[in-house]
Amino acid sequence: MAKNDLQGALDLLILKTLSQLSSMHGYGIVNHIRRVSDELLIVEEGSLYPALHRMEQNGLVRSKWAITNYGRKAKWYSLTRVGKEQLAAREENWQQVAKGVDAILRFA
Amino acid sequence: MGLLRRIVTLGRRARMEREIDAELHEHMQMCIDDNVAGGMSRKAAEREARLRFGSPVAARERVSEEDAALGIESLWRDVQMALRGFVKSPGFSIVVVATLALGIGANTAVFELLDAVRLRSLPVSKPAELAELRIAGGNHGFGINQGAFMYFTIPMWQEVKDHHEPFSGVFAWRTSDILIGAANESRRVNGLEVSGGFFSALGVAPWQGRLIEPQDDATCQLTKVVASYGFWKSQMGSVPISANSTIVVEGKTLPVVGVSPPGFFGMEVGNQFDLAYPTCTPPKPRRDMFVYSVIGRLKPGWSMKQASDYLSALSPGIFERTAPSGYSAEAIKGFKNFRLEAHSAEGGVSYLREQYSSSLNLLLAITGLVLLIASANLANLMLARSSRRQREVAIRMALGATRARLLRQMLIESALLAFSGAGLGVALAQPLSKALVASLDTTGNSIHLAITIDWRVLLFAAGVGVATCVVCGTVPAFRSSKTEPVSSMRSGERGLVGNRERFWVQRAMVITQVAVSMVLLVGALLFVRSYRNLATMNPGFRASGIVLGYFGFGHLHMKQENLPVFKRQLVEDVRALPGIENATATNNAPLSGGSWGHTVDVGELNGASKFSYVSPTYFATLNIPILKGRGFTEHDTSDTPYVLIVNQAFVKQYIRSSSPIGQHVHVRPEQDYPERTYEIVGTIPDTKYGDLREDPPPAAFVPAAQVPVTGQRPGMTMMIAARDASGVERTIRQFFEQKYPGINMQFANFEQGIRDGLVGDRLMAMLSGAFGMLAALLVVIGLYGVLSYFLSQCRGEIGIRLALGATRGRVIGESLMGALRMLGIGLIVGALLTLLAGKEASTMVYGLKPWDPPTLIAAAGLLAVVTVVTSLAPALKAANVNPIETLRAD
Repeated sequence: MAKNDLQGALDLLILKTLSQLSSMHGYGIVNHIRRVSDELLIVEEGSLYPALHRMEQNGLVRSKWAITNYGRKAKWYSLTRVGKEQLAAREENWQQVAKGVDAILRFA
Repeated sequence: MGLLRRIVTLGRRARMEREIDAELHEHMQMCIDDNVAGGMSRKAAEREARLRFGSPVAARERVSEEDAALGIESLWRDVQMALRGFVKSPGFSIVVVATLALGIGANTAVFELLDAVRLRSLPVSKPAELAELRIAGGNHGFGINQGAFMYFTIPMWQEVKDHHEPFSGVFAWRTSDILIGAANESRRVNGLEVSGGFFSALGVAPWQGRLIEPQDDATCQLTKVVASYGFWKSQMGSVPISANSTIVVEGKTLPVVGVSPPGFFGMEVGNQFDLAYPTCTPPKPRRDMFVYSVIGRLKPGWSMKQASDYLSALSPGIFERTAPSGYSAEAIKGFKNFRLEAHSAEGGVSYLREQYSSSLNLLLAITGLVLLIASANLANLMLARSSRRQREVAIRMALGATRARLLRQMLIESALLAFSGAGLGVALAQPLSKALVASLDTTGNSIHLAITIDWRVLLFAAGVGVATCVVCGTVPAFRSSKTEPVSSMRSGERGLVGNRERFWVQRAMVITQVAVSMVLLVGALLFVRSYRNLATMNPGFRASGIVLGYFGFGHLHMKQENLPVFKRQLVEDVRALPGIENATATNNAPLSGGSWGHTVDVGELNGASKFSYVSPTYFATLNIPILKGRGFTEHDTSDTPYVLIVNQAFVKQYIRSSSPIGQHVHVRPEQDYPERTYEIVGTIPDTKYGDLREDPPPAAFVPAAQVPVTGQRPGMTMMIAARDASGVERTIRQFFEQKYPGINMQFANFEQGIRDGLVGDRLMAMLSGAFGMLAALLVVIGLYGVLSYFLSQCRGEIGIRLALGATRGRVIGESLMGALRMLGIGLIVGALLTLLAGKEASTMVYGLKPWDPPTLIAAAGLLAVVTVVTSLAPALKAANVNPIETLRAD
C-alpha cells in the first residue's frame, strides 16, 4: 500500500520544481508548475505558502532573501539534503498511488 | 532540527510575521509586474492580483498556522485575550466562577466523604489480602450479640486460631468503651481489644515502644495498653514512651507499652481507637455470646473463594465442638448448621458504610443534579454572551479568522472558567466535607474520618470540571462559529431576529432545569416530611425528661441471690431524691440500641417476643397506661406466681381467645434462663421498641423481682423521670458516692439518644432541603436571564407591534405564555423523572410513598409561583418599550 495520500501531491510538485530549478521563489514556483503542466495545474497562493513554510520548518527546503532578475527582492527556496531524499521517496510513492488510482479508474 | 528551530522562533512572532508579510507582498508585486508587462493598466493589474490573492491578513494567518511554535504562542494569546475579557466583565466572571465553585465544591465534598467511608483501603500493608470471617447469612440472632460485625464466640475464635491453613495470620478484635482516669474524674474512651496477632498480621509497626504481641494473650488480667498516635499526642502530651509511662484504666494503673503509628485508626472506618489492649479469655467462656470479629491475612496463592471453601469444609467440626448448652434442640441444630465464609476486608469494616452508604449515594446524585442545573445556567449565560459578541465574531471571521480558531477561543474561555471553578470547589470541599461529618456526630458517638484530598478526589473534581466545560462551553461555541459573517454584521445587536427557532437550545435548557429542580424539590420535601414524621412521632411512652442511668457494682462482690433486693433498694433511693418524679429499673431501655427476647409457646402458637424485666413503677414512669387487668406491684416477687404484661402486638399474634388475661405463656429455656410459664395479668398499648421506623414487635414485661437468680448481674439500667433532667446526674452522683462508694455510674439523656438515632434522616432532610432550594434559586436566575435575553433580542419586533397597535397587556401576556409553556413541559418531564427516581428513595423515607400527590403538587406549585414572579419583571420591561425609540435605534 502506498504511503501518504493524494494531498501529498502539492509537496511533491514543489519539491520536484525546486529540484529542476535548483533555486526559486514562490511566484516562480507557481509559474513553473503552470507552464510545465500546460496550464493544467494551477497552485493557489493560499496553499503554496503554508506548504513552503511547513517544509522549511521540517528541514526539506532552505531559504534566503535575494534579488530577482527584474530587481525585486524575494525569498528564494532550494532543496536540502533531506529534501532531496524525501523527493526520491515521494516520487516512488506517487507512482504507486497513480498506478492504484489508474487501476481503480479502469475497473469496469 | 525542525523542532529546535521552532523553539528558537518561539517569541519571535513579530519578526516571523513581518517576514511572511514581506514575502507575500513581493509575490503580489511580481504578479502585478507580470500583468502590466502583459498589457494591463497598473490599476487593473493591482485589482486583479488582489482578487486572486484574497485577504493578505488571512493568507498570513494561514501560513503562520503551519508553525507549531506560533501555535503555542497563539494559544497563549487566546488565553490572555480570554482573561482580558473576564476582567472587562467582572460581574459575569464572578457569577460563573462562584456558581461553579459551589456546584463542584458540594459534589466534591460528598464524594470525599464517600471516598473516606467506602472506597479507601485500610492504611495497612497489602490490605487486599485481608479477609473477614463471617457466618454465612449471619447467626439469626442466636444467643447474645454484642454488636455489628461480631460473628465469633470465644470458643469459635479459639477453633479458628488453631485451624487457619489459608491464612498467614489471624486475629480477633472488638471495640469496647473503657474507663480511664481516677474514679471521680473518670471518662470513657474508645478501647480496642485485640488478640496477640493483630498488629503483626496487619503489618503495623510501632511508632514508639512496642505493640500488643502474641505473648500478651497469656493472661486475662488487664496488664498493659497501647495508645493510638492521636491519644498519645492529645492525652499524654507526646511524652516519649518509657518504663514510667502509665495510665489509670478501669481503676488500675497500667503501663503504656507503645504507640501505634499516625493514620492507623483500627479496623472500623469512622471510629478512631484510643487505647488497645489484649483479649481476655476466661477459663470457661460463654458459648452463646458473639463478641469478636475475626480477620485473617491470606497466604500467597490462596484466593478468597478457596479460603471460603476451606472454612466451609471445616465448619461442621467447629460448630459441633463449640455448641452451647441450655438451648432447645432446635436452636442447637441451627447453630451446628452455621457455615463460615471469607469476605474481603480490604476497606476494614464500617458501621457508617452500612448505615449511610445509600444516603451518600443519593446525596452525590442530588449534588450532581444541582451541578447540572448550574451548568445549564452557565451555558445559557455563555450563549447570551456569545450572541452579544456576534458582531465581534463576524468581524474576526471577515478578517480571516478560521472557525476552528474561534471555536478554540470559546473553548479556552469556558475551560478557564470551569477550571478556576473546579479549583475553588476543591478548596471549598474540604470544609464542607468536615461540616458534613460534624453534623453526623452525635453526643454518644463521634466520627473520625480522614477527609483528605487524594488522587480519587482530584480525578473526580477534574472530571466534573471537564464535563461542565463541555456542557456549558461547546454548545455556545459551535453556535457562534456557525455564524454567517455578513448576515450577523447586518443584524447583530439590532434585534432583527430572523426566526425564533434559534432559541430552542435556551428553551431546552430552561425546561431541563425546571424538570431537574422539580425532582430535587420533590426529594427535598419527601425527606423533610419523613424527618418530621419521625421527629414528631409519639413512640407510645414519655421520652422528655427521662434520664438513663447505668450502675455497676461488681466491686461489692455480692451473691446473685442478694442482687434483687439491692437493685430494688437503688430504685427506691433514687425515687426518694428531691426533684425526681419517678424511677424504674429495666433490663433494656427502648430505642436505645439494645434488644432482649425469648422464644415463647402460647397454646398452639410459638415464636419470638421481646422481654423486659421492669420495676412496678415502669409504666407510671413512662406514662404507659394499663389497658386491661392490672400493673405490677411490690407483691409480685420470685415467691409468687410468675406474671406477665403484654402489648397489643403480642395479643394480636399469640392470643386466640377473647381475653388475654389469665392466658399462660411458656418461655423456652436458654442459658441462665430456665424454662418457665407465666400468666398474663395485664395489657398495654403498643410502644416503639428498637427503631422508630419499625412497627412495635410483640413485647412482654416481667417484674424485675422475678428475673431468674442465675440471670442476675451486678449492674442495672434505670430510667429516671424528672422535670429538670439536667440536674438528675449531679443529685444521684452526690448521694450514691456517699452511700455506695466505688459504685460505677453513667448517665445519658434518653430523648437526646432517640434524636441521635435520627441523625441520618436529619442530615438528608437538611441537605436535600438546602439543595432543593439552591436548585430553585438557580432556576430563577436561569429563567430570568433567558427571558431577559429573549425579550431584549425581540425589542425591535415588540416596538413594531406596539406601534401597530398591540396593547401592552397582550405583549406581557405573550411573554408570560412563553415562560409558562416551558414551565409546563418542565413540570411534566420532572414528574415523570420523579416517578423513575422515586423507587431508589422509597426505602429511605418514613411513612410516605415516593409518588405522593401532595408533595408533587407542592413542588410544582412552588416552581410555578417562582416562574411567574420571575418572568413578570422582564415581561413588564419589554412591554414598556418605547416604540419610537426602538425603531429609531434600528
